[in-house]
Amino acid sequence: MEEKRIHDLSVKAQQLRQVALTMIYEAKSGHPGGAFSAADIVTALYFSELKLDPKNPQWPDRDRFVLSKGHACPILYAALGKLGYFPEAVLHTLRQEGSLLQGHPNMKKCPGIDISTGSLGQGASCAVGMAIAAKRDHKGYRVFTMVGDGEMDEGVIWEAMMTANKYQLDNYILIADNNNLQLDGTTNQVMPQIDLSKKAQDFGFDTYDINGHDMKQILATFERISTAKNGKPKFINAHTVKGKGVDFMENRAEWHGKAPNTEQYNDAMRQLGKELA
Amino acid sequence: MEQSIKKIATREGFGDEIVEVGKENKNIYVIDADIGKSCKTGKFSQTLPEQYLEVGIAEQNAANVAAGLATTGKIPFVVTYAVFGSLRMAEQIRQEICYPRLNVKIACSHGGLTPANDGASHQCIEDIGVLRTLPNMTIVVPADYHAARKLVRAAATLDGPVYLRFTRDAVPVIYDEEQEFVIGKALKLRNGTDIALIATGDTVHLALEASDELLKEGISATVLDMHTIKPLDYDSVQNVIKKIGRIISIEDHNIYNGLGSAIAECVAESGKGILRRIGVQDQFGQSAPYERLLEINGITVKNIIKQAKILLG
Repeated sequence: MEEKRIHDLSVKAQQLRQVALTMIYEAKSGHPGGAFSAADIVTALYFSELKLDPKNPQWPDRDRFVLSKGHACPILYAALGKLGYFPEAVLHTLRQEGSLLQGHPNMKKCPGIDISTGSLGQGASCAVGMAIAAKRDHKGYRVFTMVGDGEMDEGVIWEAMMTANKYQLDNYILIADNNNLQLDGTTNQVMPQIDLSKKAQDFGFDTYDINGHDMKQILATFERISTAKNGKPKFINAHTVKGKGVDFMENRAEWHGKAPNTEQYNDAMRQLGKELA
Repeated sequence: MEQSIKKIATREGFGDEIVEVGKENKNIYVIDADIGKSCKTGKFSQTLPEQYLEVGIAEQNAANVAAGLATTGKIPFVVTYAVFGSLRMAEQIRQEICYPRLNVKIACSHGGLTPANDGASHQCIEDIGVLRTLPNMTIVVPADYHAARKLVRAAATLDGPVYLRFTRDAVPVIYDEEQEFVIGKALKLRNGTDIALIATGDTVHLALEASDELLKEGISATVLDMHTIKPLDYDSVQNVIKKIGRIISIEDHNIYNGLGSAIAECVAESGKGILRRIGVQDQFGQSAPYERLLEINGITVKNIIKQAKILLG
């Protein structure tokens, strides 16, 4: 049963990658690399972990998810579309005039988006405000937020982490999609991130180092976190591969923000489809 | 002005009223960034600790935390100095507050040149200009203690982003506590026919003094308290353009992109009227007495009178 659940979620993640890539291909712009590194965790959140009601996106007691690395939104839109937050046909309108699906998420346009993101660092910091509200209102919802490891260059994230520690936000789960690449190159070249987990620990977080593409580990980690109501915020250092699932995109910084041409698209769809079998 | 006139800082009005508003509505929150004492939130933090947050010297995070709170129905007031509230937090205000039009208030003390002794680093002559360019933003600048109280209350009930600019130093009380304020609607304090003085914040009392002096010389001035810079009360401005034509704007802010610029836009677009702007002369301040800093920039009763006479030929 558990094996089947893990398998089904892995399949779902590949399907979402295909949807996201199609969106980017049709829009002729977007960010496949970071969408693919985030895909397995986003899938685990939306199809297993988060308490949500797609028919009532504003349900006050819902768990929140803030995609602070807003440029990875095609993978999030794919999840929301499959869950029925909006008609699936909308998935073909990414980055088009009048679309719900802006190049970076807009909470006022797209149902299921808990706050607008796109300017790096801000989402993780806004998510602290949501987690404080849950505590003050004695509500049980949790706030998950995902940042890129490159995004952690932004100082406001560390300000947010200090606040999460101060207010004992064990309902605040900060996930680093640690794919070692950012726009200009590797994180080591651009700005070395010395031991993110240790730094998070020093900021008062419970930390979890995982393989961000291992569905079993992702689910087990969420399980552990859900029972750790100890006043400490959580940090998941998810080691991932940028462009995961497509051989010519994997670990290649140039696929941070580029749409595939037709040949590349067909090749990528075939590769992603093969793993579905 | 009589010597016995009561003087009190607008930041005190904020500090007193936010407690009352907070008692009435448990969704009202105050977020401090380690200058609460100076911004007069002490009473709020003591009285309503469950509605109070202190996030330390981290203004960018303060703005974002406020945005997050607002998504859950809270009405946060982020409290800091004008220079940090408009500039350090500018991009957070744009992306997470104005763009999604969240119900967050930025309540700042130390607007203009009032933190006079602290020097240019703590003075703020740019806030109105910066924030006026943000869609969905409302900008409110109270002229005295009672105006501050009423406008804090009005901002709390307006659904959307509001920037409130208070100042450090005591200013004359010009309103009685019964005076009503509507955000976006200027108040006409004098009704004259020769010239219009349009002022905001701490300079409104200067306009009143100037109009009294001018009257002694037979010149009658209309005085408008333009407590809301955005949305600007176009009707009131158009009215003085049509009926009087000669206008002086007065503000403790850079002459660029503040009240004077907003009025200049109206004057230019109407094709009528003539305007002179009194304000900070596009230069940074320095450590000096407040009155002296105003004098350096010509933000004085004397200069208002002088400019009025120039306009009247």
